[in-house]
Amino acid sequence: MNQKIFLYLCLLAFGIVAPFIFPAFKLQISIMWILIILSLTWDVQGGQMGYNTFGNILFFGLGMYICSSFQIGLFFPLAEWTASGGEKTFIHTPPQYFQGLVVGLIFAGIIPALVAAFIGYGILGLRGHYFAICTLGLGIAAGELAGGIELVGAGQGMTSPPWPKGIGDTELRSEFFYYICFVLMVCTFLFLRWAYTTRFGLVLNAIRDNEDKAEAMGINTMQYKITGWVVSAFFVGIAGGLMGNMIGYIEPVETAFAGRTFGVFMVLMAILGGKGTLWGPVIGAIAFHIFKEGFWTFFLGWQYVALGALIVIVVIFFPEGIMGWIREKYPEKFGEAIDEEDRKAQVELK
Amino acid sequence: MVQASLDGILLGILFALIAYGMALQWGVMNIINIAQGELVILGGYIAYFMYVAGIHPAFGVIVAPIIMYFVGWSLYKTIIFRVVDRDLFISILATFGISILTQQLMNFIFGSDVVVAQSNFGTTFLFNYMVTLPNAKIFAAGISIFFALLLVLYMRRSKLGRAIRATAQNARAAKILGVDTESVYAATFGINAALCGVAGSLIAITFTLHPYVGLPYTVRSFMIVIVAGLGNLPGVALSGMGLGVFEEFSDYIFGTEFRIAAVFLLLVLILVYRRFKLSRKREYLK
Repeated sequence: MNQKIFLYLCLLAFGIVAPFIFPAFKLQISIMWILIILSLTWDVQGGQMGYNTFGNILFFGLGMYICSSFQIGLFFPLAEWTASGGEKTFIHTPPQYFQGLVVGLIFAGIIPALVAAFIGYGILGLRGHYFAICTLGLGIAAGELAGGIELVGAGQGMTSPPWPKGIGDTELRSEFFYYICFVLMVCTFLFLRWAYTTRFGLVLNAIRDNEDKAEAMGINTMQYKITGWVVSAFFVGIAGGLMGNMIGYIEPVETAFAGRTFGVFMVLMAILGGKGTLWGPVIGAIAFHIFKEGFWTFFLGWQYVALGALIVIVVIFFPEGIMGWIREKYPEKFGEAIDEEDRKAQVELK
Repeated sequence: MVQASLDGILLGILFALIAYGMALQWGVMNIINIAQGELVILGGYIAYFMYVAGIHPAFGVIVAPIIMYFVGWSLYKTIIFRVVDRDLFISILATFGISILTQQLMNFIFGSDVVVAQSNFGTTFLFNYMVTLPNAKIFAAGISIFFALLLVLYMRRSKLGRAIRATAQNARAAKILGVDTESVYAATFGINAALCGVAGSLIAITFTLHPYVGLPYTVRSFMIVIVAGLGNLPGVALSGMGLGVFEEFSDYIFGTEFRIAAVFLLLVLILVYRRFKLSRKREYLK
């Protein structure tokens, strides 16, 4: 137990000092925290509940748009902002900027959660591949719709508010966002860690294993499914709002409702790490991000070919992921005792 | 109005052809192929390059299926056979990976420009020049119907067709009775790819091609199949035409920039509607 706490403290310390040890990689590590949030929350559906969704990107994009819209709309007319391409005409003062950011991030969590609750009843009634394809359609439709709305810049997208002048330089800005991302990641992790130990986590696993039986046991499965989706949507929405601010530019199909990048990444990361485990998505996200940042540049435009190949390889050959592999190798670490004599007897029987 | 309906019906026949391929391999192999649309676009590029080489692109409907059959066959032999008996989501994700891969490869090899193969078929005017119909579209619909009927006949009469139908009914029993299900699966996937090739080369002469427009074709065919049901051919044709008409009218009402959004939203609506209808009987979509 003490070992475990020591491990957590080490990781926490790494997260806190990382921007000073690797100052050049601040943005990359911030994006890594975001990716961890995405894969952790995907795993609530995909791993724990057995509902493989392609649609969590919907909440990511929604959060991105809502956060920036609030940040701007609180102080300036939104339509003029997007029409003029952003910072040229309006400038946030520092208090305005931070007020806007706080309000924006709060709403970036709440509104996607409400959307999830609203559409959840209809969509979570679908099962298996129907759910997967329905959510895939939802994510793409949202991107296409956002590309047609003039208020948020239509196909050209919009800029999120730039860092206010007068307080620090871009270094401070990236440190600031780094710590928000880190704190959000830690919150998500701790929240889910707690949630999986409660009845909620057990019910999610029951739904994954056999939904009909769970229902027959008297569990209102729909209620739990919606709750799970709402939780995911909340954290993904805030992550989206942060991402929009870090990139500084929101484009409907490429960054916000980016089914081809983040939408696929979150599925791939969770599966790579091992779905249905707490640490799997985290490890998967870190491994994937290191792979992505380390090798992306060598592919020179062949990234998506590599991504496609990676998906196929991971899905076909390692559907259990890294955690599943470790579990097979060292089952005693997971509290699965194996009776050595019994095992030998079985091997001899074969 | 008449214009939009006619356009929609001709377009819908093309969609139905793609959906037919999807229904075939879904029914036989229990796989949902997200890369279906990419196979269509790949077929389209074959016709386009025939056009570039100076051959009339309409001959693409003969060349494209032959090439695409081998593409599909080799795709099966390299990747798909590993996911046939596994969870459906694995096959969805694996074919999604294939779809991303092919999109990007096409982008590199063929360039990211929107291309079109000119067929120079001329135009037919109906009702005193009120309605214009490009002959290419009529040609496309005709060829689609021809290939669909050909395939139906083939499935009914030939030995392979019988083997495919047997495997679809019960793969294990078919295996016991001496059907080489492995090669039946490969052939099914090849036939599906060939159908996509035909549809793609028809799309090349009637519409435009672009490496990234594959996914809407996948979703359309998926939608047609779930509305019609597996193994219901007249249903596939009808719902294909219905979808075509819906799209033309949505262009009319919401504008062309919302066309893709309308298609995807329709998919969501249909699925949710079916779910509510079934949940009254305490059932769900299987």
